[in-house]
Amino acid sequence: MSYRFALLLLVMAGLVVAFAPLPVQPITPQERTFEIDAHQFAYSPSELHVNPGDTVTIQLVSTDVVHGLYVDGYDISVEADPGQSATLTFVADKPGSFRFRCKVTCGAMHPFMIGKLTVGTNDWLYRSIGFSLLAIFAFFRFPRVAKD
Amino acid sequence: MELTRLPFLKSALKNRYPQLAVFIVMLVGYIFAILAGLIGTPVGSHNFSIVFVWIAWWAILILVAVPFFGRGWCAVCPIPLPGEWLQRGAVLSPPDKRPKWLNLRVPKMFRNIWLQNIFFLMLALFSSVLLTTPNVTGIVLAAMLFAAIGLSIIFERRAFCRYLCPVGGFIGLYSQTAPIELRIKDKQVCVTCEGKPCYNGSQVGYGCSWDVFPGGMTKNTYCGLCMECIRTCPHDNIAVNLRPFSADVAKPTARLDEAFKAFIMFGAAMIYAGVLLGPWGTLKDAAYNVGTGAWFIYAAVFLAIIFIVLPGLFTLAIMTTKSKQALKQRFMSLSTALIPLGLMFWVAFSLSFVLTNASYILAALSDPLGLGWNLFGTANAAWRPMLTTILAPAQTLALVVGLFWSARTAQKVNEAGTSTIPVFVYCFVATSIMLWLLL
Repeated sequence: MSYRFALLLLVMAGLVVAFAPLPVQPITPQERTFEIDAHQFAYSPSELHVNPGDTVTIQLVSTDVVHGLYVDGYDISVEADPGQSATLTFVADKPGSFRFRCKVTCGAMHPFMIGKLTVGTNDWLYRSIGFSLLAIFAFFRFPRVAKD
Repeated sequence: MELTRLPFLKSALKNRYPQLAVFIVMLVGYIFAILAGLIGTPVGSHNFSIVFVWIAWWAILILVAVPFFGRGWCAVCPIPLPGEWLQRGAVLSPPDKRPKWLNLRVPKMFRNIWLQNIFFLMLALFSSVLLTTPNVTGIVLAAMLFAAIGLSIIFERRAFCRYLCPVGGFIGLYSQTAPIELRIKDKQVCVTCEGKPCYNGSQVGYGCSWDVFPGGMTKNTYCGLCMECIRTCPHDNIAVNLRPFSADVAKPTARLDEAFKAFIMFGAAMIYAGVLLGPWGTLKDAAYNVGTGAWFIYAAVFLAIIFIVLPGLFTLAIMTTKSKQALKQRFMSLSTALIPLGLMFWVAFSLSFVLTNASYILAALSDPLGLGWNLFGTANAAWRPMLTTILAPAQTLALVVGLFWSARTAQKVNEAGTSTIPVFVYCFVATSIMLWLLL
C-alpha cells in the first residue's frame, strides 16, 4: 500500500468516525419528569438519561441557598429559591452529553456544581475513542512521519 | 531558527528595562491578588484573586505560555523578585561580588525536584479550597512570596524557583515540549571561555539565577529564561531558538524525581477532571471538606492513584516486554512518553474549566474586590459559558494529538529497543478514561 493511498484511507476513516450515523433504535418520544434536589454543591440525581425527542421537565428544588441550573448546549436555565421549586421544560432535540451547572453563585464550590444530561447515547465519546484508535493506527502506518 | 538574530529582539533581551517593566506590572498584579484575596469579598467568583489567578492566569499559562513558550512565564514571574533584589542588594545596578546575605549552596540532597513534587501535591490535595476561597489563595500567594524571600536570604541564586516552586516544577517538565529554547551556539567557545561569566556573573551581569551552566544545557527543564546569560556572555554565544515541538522529550528522562513528576501531573489532571468537572457531588464534598474523614480518604486515594496505581500499572505494562536494560531505567526513560499526553490532559481539562468561567473576568475587572465598584461598566456582566459547542471537539483534538505525540515520544526514547506497544496501550487506556471523564 502506497503512502498516499494509506493517507487517503486514514482521512476517509477519520470522516467515517466523525460523521457515520451510529445505529439507533427508534423510540417514541415521551414526557419525562425529573425532580432534582439542589444543595451545596451537588445535584441529586446528578446524571439524567433521556431519549432524543423526549419532552423533559426538570423540577429544581433548592434545599439550602438559591441555586440555578443551566444546561450547556441547550442554553436554557432555571433558578430556585431556598425551599422552593422551579420548573424547566424543554424538548431534548440535541443528542449527546451535556453538562448542567449552577448559574447562581451559591458558595465556594459553585463553579464545580455540575450534573450531566445524556440525550440518547454519548456518540461523541465513542467517536473520540475511535479517533484515538486512528491516531495509534496512523502512528504505526506512518513511521516516517512519526520518527522524523 | 535563531530568534536572537532579530536585532530588535536581541536588544530587547539584552536590555534589562523591558523585562523590569513587565516584572513591575506583574509584581503589582501579584500583590494586588494577595490583597484582594485577604480583604476582598469571600465570594470566589467575584474576587480578583480567584478569577485572575485561577481562571485568567491559569488559562494563559496552560493554554498558551507553557505549550508555546515553555518557561516563558518564569521569565516574567514576580515571585522571586523581592528576594532577588534583597539578595543582590540592587535592582538594576551592576553586580557586586560581595554576598549580602548567607549565600549558601542548597544542600545536595535537595538539589532535585522532590520538594517541588511534594509542594505541588500539598497544594493539589487542598486544591478545591485553594481554587475557590479567596483568603486561602491570598495566603498561599503571600506564603510563596515570603518563602522566595526567605530562601534568597539563606541560599544563593533562585533556590525557591529551582527547588521549591510548585508551579515551576510542572512548567519545567512541560517546557520540554515547547518550540522555544535557550542554548549556546558553539560548545567549543564555552569550553575555552575564562571565568564562565554566564554562570558566575561578571561586571555586566549576574550569574545564572537558576544555577544552570548554559554550556552544558540540553533541555529546557531548568532554564528559567531569565536572559541573564545573554547579557553576560562575552562571546555572544547564547541564542534563543525556534525549534520543532517536543525536541527535548526525544531525550529520555534519567531521573526518578522527573519521572514521578510526569505521573503526578498526569494523574492530577485525571483526578481533577473527575472530581471538579464530574457530576459526582460526594467526591466534591470529600475534596472540599478538608480535615474530615471523607477528605482523608480522598487524600489517600489521590496519593495512591499517583504514587501506586498509575506508576504500578505502567511498570506492569513495560514488564510485559523483556529487555536487558534495568527496569528502573526503562521506567524512567519510557515515562518521558507521558509528558506530551499529560500536557494535553491539562489543556483539555483547562479548556472546560476556563471557557465555562471566563465570563467572570469581566465582572471581576470592574469590581476586583467585590465591594460594589463598577470601574469599567462591566461589574454586572452576566455569567455565561463560552464556546460550549466547540468545547468537546477541542478537547478530543487535544487528547488525540496528545496520544499520537506520546506514541511518537515513546518510540524515540525507547533506548532498550523493545516493543513500545505496552506504553501505547497504557496511554490509550488513560486517554479513553480522560475522554469519558470530560465528555
